[in-house]
Amino acid sequence: MVQEYRTGRSPLSIAIASRYRRSCKLSGSLSQAQTPIPDPLESPRLIAAALADHGYLASERIAQVIHLADRLSKPVLAEGPAGVGKTELAKAVAAATGRKLVRLQCYEGLDESKALYEWNYRKQLLRISADPASEWGQMEEDIFSEGFLLSRPLLEAISSSDPVVLLVDELDRVEMETEALLLEVLSEFQITIPELGTVRAGSHPLVILTSNNTRELSEALRRRCLFLHIPYPNPDREKAILLARCPGLPEALAISIAQVARSLRGMALKKPPSVSETIDWGRTLLTLGVERIDRDFFSDTAHVLLKYQTDIELACKELAVGE
Amino acid sequence: MLSLLTDFVDELRTAGVPVSMVETIDAMDTLQVIDLADRSALKTALSATMVKSSRHLEAFDTAFEVFFAVGRPPPPDENPSPSRNRPPEGSSEGGSAGGPGSLAEALAAALGSQDWGALNRLVEQAVEELAGMTSGRPVGGAYYLYRTLRRLDFDLLREMLVEMLEQRGFHPGLTQNAMENRLRSEEVDALLERLRQELMAEIRRRLVADRGRQAVAATLRTPPLEEIDLMHASELQLRSIEELIGPLTRKLAARLARRDLHRHRGRLDFRRTVRASLGAGGVPLDLRFRSQRRFRPEIFLLCDVSGSMATFARFTLQFTYAMSARFSSLRAFAFVDGVDEITPLLSPGLRFGEVAQRIFAEAEVVELDGHSDYGNALSRFSDRYGRELTARSTVIVAGDARNNYRDFDESPLAEAADTTEAIYWLNPEPRAYWNTGDSLMLRMGAYCTEVYEVRNLTQLERFVERLADHRRKPPARRIRPSVAPSVR
Repeated sequence: MVQEYRTGRSPLSIAIASRYRRSCKLSGSLSQAQTPIPDPLESPRLIAAALADHGYLASERIAQVIHLADRLSKPVLAEGPAGVGKTELAKAVAAATGRKLVRLQCYEGLDESKALYEWNYRKQLLRISADPASEWGQMEEDIFSEGFLLSRPLLEAISSSDPVVLLVDELDRVEMETEALLLEVLSEFQITIPELGTVRAGSHPLVILTSNNTRELSEALRRRCLFLHIPYPNPDREKAILLARCPGLPEALAISIAQVARSLRGMALKKPPSVSETIDWGRTLLTLGVERIDRDFFSDTAHVLLKYQTDIELACKELAVGE
Repeated sequence: MLSLLTDFVDELRTAGVPVSMVETIDAMDTLQVIDLADRSALKTALSATMVKSSRHLEAFDTAFEVFFAVGRPPPPDENPSPSRNRPPEGSSEGGSAGGPGSLAEALAAALGSQDWGALNRLVEQAVEELAGMTSGRPVGGAYYLYRTLRRLDFDLLREMLVEMLEQRGFHPGLTQNAMENRLRSEEVDALLERLRQELMAEIRRRLVADRGRQAVAATLRTPPLEEIDLMHASELQLRSIEELIGPLTRKLAARLARRDLHRHRGRLDFRRTVRASLGAGGVPLDLRFRSQRRFRPEIFLLCDVSGSMATFARFTLQFTYAMSARFSSLRAFAFVDGVDEITPLLSPGLRFGEVAQRIFAEAEVVELDGHSDYGNALSRFSDRYGRELTARSTVIVAGDARNNYRDFDESPLAEAADTTEAIYWLNPEPRAYWNTGDSLMLRMGAYCTEVYEVRNLTQLERFVERLADHRRKPPARRIRPSVAPSVR
């Protein structure tokens, strides 16, 4: 039996909200600005400003792509080295637009019962054994209704009556075949549940997919997305990020940190320092009350920036700190 | 606009960026929601919709610069630059050091103070005066760039910049001298790179005005990374290629592991389910499943590291190195005319550069004269490690199958073919060269499950993809030496 639900009006989202909270990771804390704010998605400039208000310094390109994503209702595929702020971007967009953030963390072995929805088997079983006398047709209709559905992040995002930001994090971790689960959601913003019908999004969610490029994503997926490559920031932007994220950090020091980071990223390291690590380093400097980066300081705290002993040795040698 | 866009798409496709029909339509859609007067918005819109991989970004940038060049007022053959009072081309060419010299100074000043507006004007002037561009000459932009840079005296420019940054006390946050020097010189490099790009952009702009978009785009085209021949790749190309290997090995790992993707849980464990249901009065509330048996392939990777294979060997070693991080059961061997196991040298934590050095220093891959001898190498391999090959093993050989006209005994290969699950051969030579001269590809290939021509990344990727098909339905038991190999 196939029905169609326009979930903006359906009780589905309300019915499942409490259930969902119990079973899935949900970052609801960033959501729901109390006062209605003008929609920052109007123009790239407004987006950049709104993101900056929430501590995310977006490049012009990032703001433009987010703008396009909203206008064209297309998902954004953000790719780039680890730790350049791809996940942060989604969080900041959610905060800046006052939307709820629904997050699907991908991992190897993720399947549809964890990503889309799952029938609540135990509850169905209880329903059957609680009233074994009832008529089968009635029962079947009963146990395959919304009340017996456990909704997972994708269904949650689609069925929400308010627009949400859907973050599909580290998509490259799932197997290629699992990617296909996303295709219907990403292009049509709908999910088909065989027993129940098709759930359509009442309002289009803003979708951000992130990938560290450890695996090539499928063509089909790429075709449906807007592609956003986020590289390491240039020193000017990194300086600005440091100043925003480490309040109290002297500007001169921030410049030096950004330069050191660029220098390190130019070396043949196993794992170059990410933006989050330079921020950590900035905070380290701040906490220790250091005013200048000197030899001892660098070699003592290099482990904040670099995560392999061989990398630390190489960096110390290259920067001639050990001499 | 429509014809411009379709031309642009054509150009992207020729440059090796796959742009699908749907993506072109998406690009059209974006044009309706952006401010068309904003060039950077246009660039973002087009690149976000048409380029879906970071390795194609560079090709896109070049094509975009050519097709959507900023219309600057001065056409190439109009003589003096309007903004400044500089001697026209003729006099600076007459050997006065004043022209290019003072221009270089002004450029250094603009770069040092990061005055981009002034830099733009100066770049325009520099190209006007120094590049000596003549209309209609079929040379690429690189030639003019080289001319301009040479006449600007790049080294001098560099010195001036270093001095300027030194005076400014460039690194107030640093005390260490050596470190400061290094960071300063990197800053100078970045500034000079910027100058180089600005110059190139200006030159390109003039070329387009002179010769038209398509012609210029064609001269600027570079082959996409994945199609560069690995045997003849330059150092720089190799390095970018190597960055792409990581994702590929992961894909290979996934393919080889042959998981049943639709059943992450194993089959229902009936006995344990019934046992667990007792607590609920016989209602099976908790379903118990058998844990799924994971397939762990054993991989034996043999790389030819002889001189003729030097560039390719570096690539295969890199590939091996990346694979070793994914498989605990990977064993790697290097051979020339002897063979030695290099698995212990691939321990994680070492960088690839060190690994390669150690392989050549420590592994005993040369027995006689350092020319490949597949016969000897393979029989040594069979003697020393043959007993460890099982039906779960997959052997991958990377080499050109050139035996230097030496004797070749087929029995070790035949033996391995019978024991193992599969033998794959990756040959970096064009297929047309196989079986010519001292190449024994046909004879050796007869024992292989499949032989692949792997001259570039695309082909390597294809190999990885084909593997999946084989794993799904294992090939029929193979190998009669008389039968020609199934060559793909």
